[in-house]
Amino acid sequence: MQVVELVKQYPAVQAVSGISFSVPTGSCFGLLGPNGAGKTTTVEIMEGILQPTSGSVLYNGRPLDSEFRQLAGVQFQSTALQDFLTVEENLRFFRRLYRTGLSVDQLCDLCSLHEFRRQNANLLSGGQRQRLLLAIALVNDPQILFLDEPTTGLDPQARRNFWEQVERIKAQGKTIVLTTHYMEEAYRLCDEIIIVDHGRIIAQGSPRSLLSEHYNDVVIQLPKWDVPDGLPELPWNIIEGVDQIEIVADDADVAIRWLVARNVPLRHMTLRARSLEDLFLELTGRELRA
Amino acid sequence: MIGFSLQRTLGVFYARNLEFLRDRSSLGWNLILPIALVVGLAFVFSGPGRPLFKVAVVASPAAINAEQHPFFGTRFVEFFSVDNRESAIDKVGGHTLDMLVEPEGAQLNYWVNPDSPKGYVLERLLAASQLQVEKNPQGMHMATGNGARYVDWLLPGILGMNMMFSCLFGVGYVIVRYRKSGYLKRLNATPLTAFEFVSAQILSRWVLIMVITMMIYAGTQWLIGFRMAGSHLLLFVLASLGAFAMISLGLVVAARVTSEEFAGGLLNMVTWPMMFLSGVWFSLEGAPHILQAAAQLLPLTHLLAAARMVMLEGAGWTDVWDSLLILTGMSLLFALLGAWLFRWSADR
Repeated sequence: MQVVELVKQYPAVQAVSGISFSVPTGSCFGLLGPNGAGKTTTVEIMEGILQPTSGSVLYNGRPLDSEFRQLAGVQFQSTALQDFLTVEENLRFFRRLYRTGLSVDQLCDLCSLHEFRRQNANLLSGGQRQRLLLAIALVNDPQILFLDEPTTGLDPQARRNFWEQVERIKAQGKTIVLTTHYMEEAYRLCDEIIIVDHGRIIAQGSPRSLLSEHYNDVVIQLPKWDVPDGLPELPWNIIEGVDQIEIVADDADVAIRWLVARNVPLRHMTLRARSLEDLFLELTGRELRA
Repeated sequence: MIGFSLQRTLGVFYARNLEFLRDRSSLGWNLILPIALVVGLAFVFSGPGRPLFKVAVVASPAAINAEQHPFFGTRFVEFFSVDNRESAIDKVGGHTLDMLVEPEGAQLNYWVNPDSPKGYVLERLLAASQLQVEKNPQGMHMATGNGARYVDWLLPGILGMNMMFSCLFGVGYVIVRYRKSGYLKRLNATPLTAFEFVSAQILSRWVLIMVITMMIYAGTQWLIGFRMAGSHLLLFVLASLGAFAMISLGLVVAARVTSEEFAGGLLNMVTWPMMFLSGVWFSLEGAPHILQAAAQLLPLTHLLAAARMVMLEGAGWTDVWDSLLILTGMSLLFALLGAWLFRWSADR
């Protein structure tokens, strides 16, 4: 799929400002960005449910048309379903909207829904419901699957369970376009990501290549109470939190020796590599977005 | 239509019907309403014809008879005895009673509200009753009509009004709810077209409304009986077309709205004129020309006019062809307009 010079202008704001990128077939492609960055607008244009102001989206070299909807699967962050329908009836209903696809049994296998298939879909837990929405997105056995913040609001177990489902789908060679707020999710699932802000792409690449491109340092984390007031001559950048200090050092050995020499207790020290979240915050800023 | 899929349309139709049948409160209401309506109609229209005027008499019940005074023999006037004159005078002043009379020897003293049209007519009736009127005065001719009672005339109006509310509010609110919850947005990501979705909604509502209307029709016929001089098949076709037209009109109203409150306002704006201009309760004969012209734009007007011709006069297919044609045209126009205006979500 190719996105070419995409622009979406609303009366008060330009949500997408001429972005271009390609989604390699068979990859999991992540769109990251803070609230209001334009990622949902971009994905909805890629799904074919929103018209761009200018620019185009090509799938297999052709503009999106009604046939594309037969080939694509979509899972929104939160989708209302019809009241009073069971899991199985919802799957059968959506299956009838497509020419070809998977059977209800196959979908229940794929998304671990057998246990709930006769249950009212609106009475499922958050995790069960997301699995049903994923199954609905898969009813047509799509070539390309769009997952828009699929794990927002799920507890850690449900989130990890969902990731495993996505990894199974990914192993089938399907193309996945994922938007998420969770950097851990993007790091684990995505082969390539773009970070979008103010409607523009500000970083693009695989998570690992982006990190190695931007960072060659480590982070030493210490509780604030273990650090004596003022380390004026500290030769590295520090990030001060409410009860924690992070020292960003090029060489962990040198930094630790330096701290030991100044009698800083290290029993609560943790050492971590730079994460996608660090990169995300560095690129998009730390101020709160609406 | 190019790309129309019966499989997808029937899928939406089936899912919507399942949703409706399993919604116990909605299903219960739709079953209870017709029963209540039939019982209400039976209560109101069974027995002798309802009086047109209410007259209180300050006298014992035994004293209220035509031998006492010819006015008490007037047809279509309900006379009843009261003890408290002052209270009854207040009720006349408040339009609760149309007239108060008190016999005083051969004379009747009476109180009417000068602002009450009924009081004015009663005053004339009272004056006329005191004159010697010939049994068959010169110039009098009988217009017996087809023998239909007021209830026979009114029943198609009540059935049509019930259909109108169910068509417009039933489908309008459902679409707005679907849009507001994001369900329509999800459907938009599938191959389902707006025309298929709208067709399925029309079909589902039509089945429901026709079943309910037939229940009310049969129940009312059984309980109170009414005139049906024409063809049941023709009446069914007329009702079907009328329902199609009004459901489609509901879809036009709900085509883009995302707020139930706003949808309610718009639907009221459509239903109230139909209730008063389409001849549900009274005929528009003699009304200003502009009102009569406006009434022709409303599907209920054509449905009721044709249904009354069939039920009261035994009209056939050729007698109501114009209504059939207009209702078909309105159904197509509103359905196509609804599909054209239709938006899956608000911010697109």
